[in-house]
Amino acid sequence: MTSTGTPQGVVGLSAAELARRLAAGELTSVDAVQAHLDRIRETDGAPVDPADRSRGKTGLNAFLHVNAEEALSVAAEVDAARARGEELPELAGVPIAVKDLIVTQGQPTTAASRMLEGWMSPYDATVTRKLRAARMPMLGKTNLDEFAMGSSNEHSAFGDTRNPWDLSRIPGGSGGGSAAAVTAFQTPLALGTDTGGSIRQPAALTGSVGVKPTYGGVSRYGVIAMASSLDQVGPVSRTVLDAALLHEVIGGHDPQDSTSLPDPVGDLAAQARAGAAGGGLAGLRVGVVKELTGEGFQPGVQQRFQEAVELLRSAGAEVVEVSTPNFKYALGAYYLIMSSEVSSNLAKYDGVRFGHRVLPEDGPLTIERVMGSTRAAGFGAEVKRRIILGTYALSAGYYDAYYGSAQKVRTLVQRDFAAAFEQVDVLVSPTAPTTAFERGAVDESADPMQMYLNDIATIPTNLAGVPAISVPGGLAPEDGLPVGIQFMAPARQDARLYRAGAGLEALLEQRWGGPLWQALPDTAALVRDLAGDPAAPDLSAPVRGGAR
Amino acid sequence: MSAITREQVAHLAKLAHIEMTEEELRSMAKELDLVVDSVASVSEAAGPDVPATSHPIPLQNVFREDVVGATLTAEESLRNAPDAAEGKFKVPAILDEE
Repeated sequence: MTSTGTPQGVVGLSAAELARRLAAGELTSVDAVQAHLDRIRETDGAPVDPADRSRGKTGLNAFLHVNAEEALSVAAEVDAARARGEELPELAGVPIAVKDLIVTQGQPTTAASRMLEGWMSPYDATVTRKLRAARMPMLGKTNLDEFAMGSSNEHSAFGDTRNPWDLSRIPGGSGGGSAAAVTAFQTPLALGTDTGGSIRQPAALTGSVGVKPTYGGVSRYGVIAMASSLDQVGPVSRTVLDAALLHEVIGGHDPQDSTSLPDPVGDLAAQARAGAAGGGLAGLRVGVVKELTGEGFQPGVQQRFQEAVELLRSAGAEVVEVSTPNFKYALGAYYLIMSSEVSSNLAKYDGVRFGHRVLPEDGPLTIERVMGSTRAAGFGAEVKRRIILGTYALSAGYYDAYYGSAQKVRTLVQRDFAAAFEQVDVLVSPTAPTTAFERGAVDESADPMQMYLNDIATIPTNLAGVPAISVPGGLAPEDGLPVGIQFMAPARQDARLYRAGAGLEALLEQRWGGPLWQALPDTAALVRDLAGDPAAPDLSAPVRGGAR
Repeated sequence: MSAITREQVAHLAKLAHIEMTEEELRSMAKELDLVVDSVASVSEAAGPDVPATSHPIPLQNVFREDVVGATLTAEESLRNAPDAAEGKFKVPAILDEE
């Protein structure tokens, strides 16, 4: 692979290497933060229309808010503390970006919805507090599909994020902003949230690393709820080790989340280091999920996946095929459970206590009508679709057939995982059935299920609460775009993901002669071309004109 | 198969407090129909003996110490309100449509 996309200097470094240089006094945090802020300025683009945020930006549009002042001031405090010889957390001074679904004091939180435009959270999420305690400067808030509902980022009310590999393609969703920011070297680390694949599918489509921890492993307090029994916060990074380091910062018990597991987070970075050193794969029992290969998966995705499996085998892993017969019901069950929880969780956006309020244009001014017009104007099409589907699935007469049945399927999917993990230590599959598709290519008003199929391989783990990681598996031969490899582990065994993931990452990098992003096009040049290209207006405008 | 009607969507939209245009009601009925059709197999997947799972990793009796922690002041709570008066949220008439 020819080296085109890895920028020289500080932004090209991993979080682990930044931490090492900061600790050794070879670099200041202020310089590290400033370099990333410059990179964001260089690649994120300018507002297409400063008077209309829904039109997005002329570049990647990965950030909805850049938190330059606070990030630099935190960095300066870290530098001063280090100069005084204070003992600091491992990632102190290493910058991070936060998905704009996670609440932050002092920065706006929008969930990429008009409903929350201008809202300032009066409190910090637990994970935000943990980042502050770890003294990590927050670069800003990243773009997403509105309220995390979507697989392409096209449902952001503030314009979609572009894929750094090809600006005419989607970065995945909902966490496309975090994945694109990490891939394009705007930040070494980011936080994401994963309800049905929102961390892992964007990681796969951008060639980055993303982890959905065990349900309850990371606090959900202060994470804007989409589907509470499925949502989980996790790390986004360029290397498996970096994800492990960040997971250790954000994980662990939180008394403010009643679903938070009481377990300690464990030494995940040590597992990643052992895996990278070749100590993870010999004797590891790996199950290839029969139902998550073959039909519906793009040939190049299958090819890279088969090669990864062969690599694991050649490194001493015992690879067997396992069958999970109930996974075929998982997508349907997921859409019923998720939308039911969405319809309940989003009832609070009614224009009364916070957020948007829109008065009806005519007729009597009652609170009911204000709620109706507020929610009509504040929510985009996909959010409305899911609220209505959830209201339907929970309504009298349909409850048993839909929501009740879906909960039973959840039991069956859990049993499939339990049976599989009696035979193997980890399961493996492609993360997503295809590589990144063109912006606007999927017409959801013609068939919403077409978009939902993107999450076919990621959804079973959310239903069962088990952890999973996506690591880069190379580029599909037919389109030169990244393919993700997913490992899944039993609940509370997140450490296995880091060991196996880092093992595969090391083997692949050996084969490629370096990390995947060596092949990444020069994002800054692409963005300059896009902004200066007279034929580009169709590219610089968002696909859907915002939330519609 | 399931044939969701425009009238059903109108009823659901009323329950969900979302005003919808005629066009939205019709397209939503069509889209929901497609989704409901493709998830219909879910109702045939499990027999009556399979228990339901509501949370993936159930925890019982989760309590924390009953001590007063940090709380928001009335002022902080009202800072994001679309409308407020006399230290309270202000809304249009709730009971009387006149």
